[in-house]
Amino acid sequence: MGFYVLRRLLQMVPVFLGTTFLIYALVWAVPGDPFEGKCGERDCPAAYVSAMRDKFNLDDPLLVQYGKYLGNLARGDFGETSAGLAVGERIATAFPVTLRLALVALLIEAVIGITAGVVSGLRNRGFLDSLVLVSTLFLISIPVFVTGYVVQLVFGLQLGLISPTVTSPTWGNLIVPGFVLASLSMAYVARLSRASIAENRRADYVRTALAKGLPQKRVVGVHMLRNSLIPVITFLGTDLGAFLGGAIVTEGIFNVPGVGGLVYRSILTKDGAMVTGVVTVLVLVYLLMTLLVDMLYAVLDPRIRYD
Amino acid sequence: MSRARLVPAAVAVALIATGCGTPETPAGSNSDAGITIFNTEPENPLVPGNTTEVGGSRVLDALFTGLVEYRNEDAQPVNAMAESIETKDSKLFTVKIKKGWKFHDGSPVSAKSFVDAWNWTAYGPNGTQGASFFSQIEGFADVNPKDPDGPDGPEKAPAPKAEKLSGLKVVDETTFTITLSEPFAVFPVTIGYEVFAPLPEAFFKDQKAFEANPIGNGPFKFVSRTVGTDIKLTRNDDYQGDDKPKFKDLTLKVYQSRESAYADLVANNLDFMEELPPNALAGQKYETDLGDRVVQRETLNLQTIAFPLYAKPYDNAALRRAISMAINREEITQRIFEGTRKPAESWVHPLMKGYQAGQCGVYCKYDPQKAKEELAKSGYTGEILLLSNTDGGHQEWAEAVANSIKNALGVDAKFVPSTSFGEFRQKVNAHEMNGMYRAGWIADYPSIENWLTPLYRTGASSNDGLYSNPKFDAKLAEADKAPSEEQAIRLYLEAEKMLAEDMPAIPLWSQTTIAGKSNRLKVANLHPFRKLDLDSVEVA
Repeated sequence: MGFYVLRRLLQMVPVFLGTTFLIYALVWAVPGDPFEGKCGERDCPAAYVSAMRDKFNLDDPLLVQYGKYLGNLARGDFGETSAGLAVGERIATAFPVTLRLALVALLIEAVIGITAGVVSGLRNRGFLDSLVLVSTLFLISIPVFVTGYVVQLVFGLQLGLISPTVTSPTWGNLIVPGFVLASLSMAYVARLSRASIAENRRADYVRTALAKGLPQKRVVGVHMLRNSLIPVITFLGTDLGAFLGGAIVTEGIFNVPGVGGLVYRSILTKDGAMVTGVVTVLVLVYLLMTLLVDMLYAVLDPRIRYD
Repeated sequence: MSRARLVPAAVAVALIATGCGTPETPAGSNSDAGITIFNTEPENPLVPGNTTEVGGSRVLDALFTGLVEYRNEDAQPVNAMAESIETKDSKLFTVKIKKGWKFHDGSPVSAKSFVDAWNWTAYGPNGTQGASFFSQIEGFADVNPKDPDGPDGPEKAPAPKAEKLSGLKVVDETTFTITLSEPFAVFPVTIGYEVFAPLPEAFFKDQKAFEANPIGNGPFKFVSRTVGTDIKLTRNDDYQGDDKPKFKDLTLKVYQSRESAYADLVANNLDFMEELPPNALAGQKYETDLGDRVVQRETLNLQTIAFPLYAKPYDNAALRRAISMAINREEITQRIFEGTRKPAESWVHPLMKGYQAGQCGVYCKYDPQKAKEELAKSGYTGEILLLSNTDGGHQEWAEAVANSIKNALGVDAKFVPSTSFGEFRQKVNAHEMNGMYRAGWIADYPSIENWLTPLYRTGASSNDGLYSNPKFDAKLAEADKAPSEEQAIRLYLEAEKMLAEDMPAIPLWSQTTIAGKSNRLKVANLHPFRKLDLDSVEVA
C-alpha cells in the first residue's frame, strides 16, 4: 500500500506541472486587455499599465514568465493580485469556507441519500420505493439555480424563516446553502445505493448470513451496506472534489465568500495571478481526493489490494 | 485505519483554520446606529490616487475629504477643506486650506499633505490609476513621460526628468499654488474627485502599512477589513467638516452578486444599495418588493446614440440629422421607461451649471416630415443598423428606437444585439462598428466642459466615433482659456450649439437611478454621482 501511495504521489508531479502551465498560459492568453475595467469606466493610464505589466512579468516570453511563477510557488509565494493582496492569503481565507460548505453538503447528501436508497432498496416496489424514485426524479430535473432561488424566495423572503443570504459562514448558517448544493447529488446517491442494495439483497453471502441466524439489523448494516457502498463512495469522493472546486451558483445566490465566487470574479476581472493560484490549489485537492477514494476501496473491500 | 476517526479530525482542522464567526446585531438608537451598505471588492490598494473604480471609491469617499466636494442638490462644487481657491488668469491658482484639520492619526493636514500626495500620484514609476487627472498641471510630462510605443510595446517609458510637478508650490503651512500648463477655467471644479485627496506623512513612511490601515481626513475612519467580506468604518468624532455623519458605524459589505444583495435589501438585512440588479428592474418588480423604500434621483448620466463617423453611410450629416428627428423620445420614455427617463434636447446634462435647454434645436424633436426631407437630402436609402449590448437591459428601448426610425423614415432600420458589454466596448474602442451604437456618458466632474471635450474634441480620449470639427475644437480651446467660469460657460455653450448641425451623437434621454433602502433608514438620499449621500443618512 505504501509503495502504491508513493507511486501515485509521484505521478502527481507531471500532472501538476502540465495543468498549471496550461492554466497559466490560458489565463494570460484571454483576448482583450487584462487591465481593462480596473480603472472604472475609463481607460487605465499608460504608466499604470506598464507598472502592472512589470509586476506580472508580462513582457517576458511565456516560458520565462511561467518559470518565474513556479520559482515563487516553490517558495510558497502565490504572488499578488492587482489590488496588492497576497493570493496565498486570499486562498487561505476563502478555502476553509468552501471546505465547510462542501462538508455540510456532503454530509446531507450522504445521510439522506444513503438512507433513502437503503430503505427503498429493501422495500422493492413498495410505496416508499416509488416515493423515493419520483422525488429523486424531481430533484434531478431541477437545476441548482432554480432550487437556490426558490429556497431563498420562499423561506427567506416570503416566510422569513431564514436570512436570505449567509451573514457569516458558520456551520449553522451554511446548512441551507449546503442543502441546495447537495440536492442534485442527493438524488443520485439515493438511486445508486438503491440499485446496489437491491442487487446485493439476493447475493449468496446475504442468504448465508441470514441462514446463520444473524439478526436482520446486522445483515443489512454490516454485510450488505459495506459491499453496496463502493460505487456510492466513488461518487461521493468525486463530488466532494467538485464541491471544493467551488459552487459558483450556490455561493452567488447565498453570498457565501468561498472559492467559487473568488474564481468567478477573478476571471471576470482578469486577475490572472488569482485564477492560476486558486486553480492550482484545486488541481492538488482533486488529485488528493481521488487518491483518498481509491484507498477507501481497500478499506471497504479487503479483497482489493494495491500492491 | 479507522473510518470513524477521519471525519471529526477534518472538522476540527477546519474549525481551527477559520475560527468561528459571530453574527452581528446592529444597535437600535439614532446617532449611535450602524448601517451596512452594498459594495464590491476593491480592485486596487486603498490609496486615493490609485483608485478610480467604484468598489474602492465607496470606501475612500468616506475616509477622505478633498479641497472641494460636490453638494447633493445640484452637484456643484463647494469648498470643503479649501478656504479659498483664487485665480486671475485661469492658469495660476492660489489655494488656501482651512486650519485645524487633522488626519485620523492626529497629524495635521497642511498644504504639504496635498502637494506631496499629488506629486506621488502623478509620478510615472508609481504607476497609479489617477495619474492622468494631473496632466493639466505644469511639469506633468517631466514626471510622467509618455511611453514611445505604448504600454504594451517592448520599449520602456523613459525615466522621468523630475520627481515633482513643477506647477505645485507650497507657500506656507496652509497655502499652495497650482500652475497649469495651459489656462483651464473650470479646473477648480475638477478637483472634487478622491484622486485629489491629501495624504498623511505615514503614507510616505510605510506605504504597505497604510494600504492595510488607511489614514484619511474624512468623516469616517478605518476600523478593519476582511478581504472578500467587508470593510468596517466608524465615525470620526474629531471631524472638522460640515458634513458630519448622523450615525456611527458604516460597514461596506462585499457581495458576490447584485442579486444576492437585492434579496438582503428586500429582507431589510442590507441598508442601502444604489443600483438595483436587472431582475429587480424588470417589469418594475422593485415597486412591489420595496414599496416606499425605493429611492430615486436624476443622476449625471445621459444616454446617446453615437455614430461611427469612420464608416459609411454614417459620415453623412444629413442622414444623422434625419435619424435624430425620426426618434420619438417622448413616447419611448413614457411607454418603456414609464417616465423614469427625461427626453434630452442638449448634449450637456440638465443638472449642469450653465445648462441650456434646446441646444439641439429642431434636430432633437420628433418630426417625421422634416426627417424625411433630411433623408432625401442625404440621398441614402439603404438599411440603418443600431448596435447595443443587451446584458444591461437595453434591448427594449433599442428595439423601440429602431422601430421609430423605420416607421418615420420608411427605411429598413434594424437593432443588432451583442451579448456582452466587454465585447461591445472592445469593438467600439477598436473603431470596428458597422452601425450606429448605444453610448452614454457619466460625468467625471460636474462641469459643462466634461460633457463636450472628452467626447467630441478631435482625438479626445472618449471620442470613439472619431468626430472632428476644427471650428468646434477652436471654440473649446477659447473657452478653456476664459478668465472666469461664467465666460467659459458661455463659450462652451457656443461650442455645443455647433454640434447640432453635425450631430456626431444623438442625445436621447437623461437617466434616473433607482436605489433602495431598508426600513431602518429614515432618510437616505442618492447623490447625483450615483452614490449614497452619506451625510444625509438618518437611522430610525
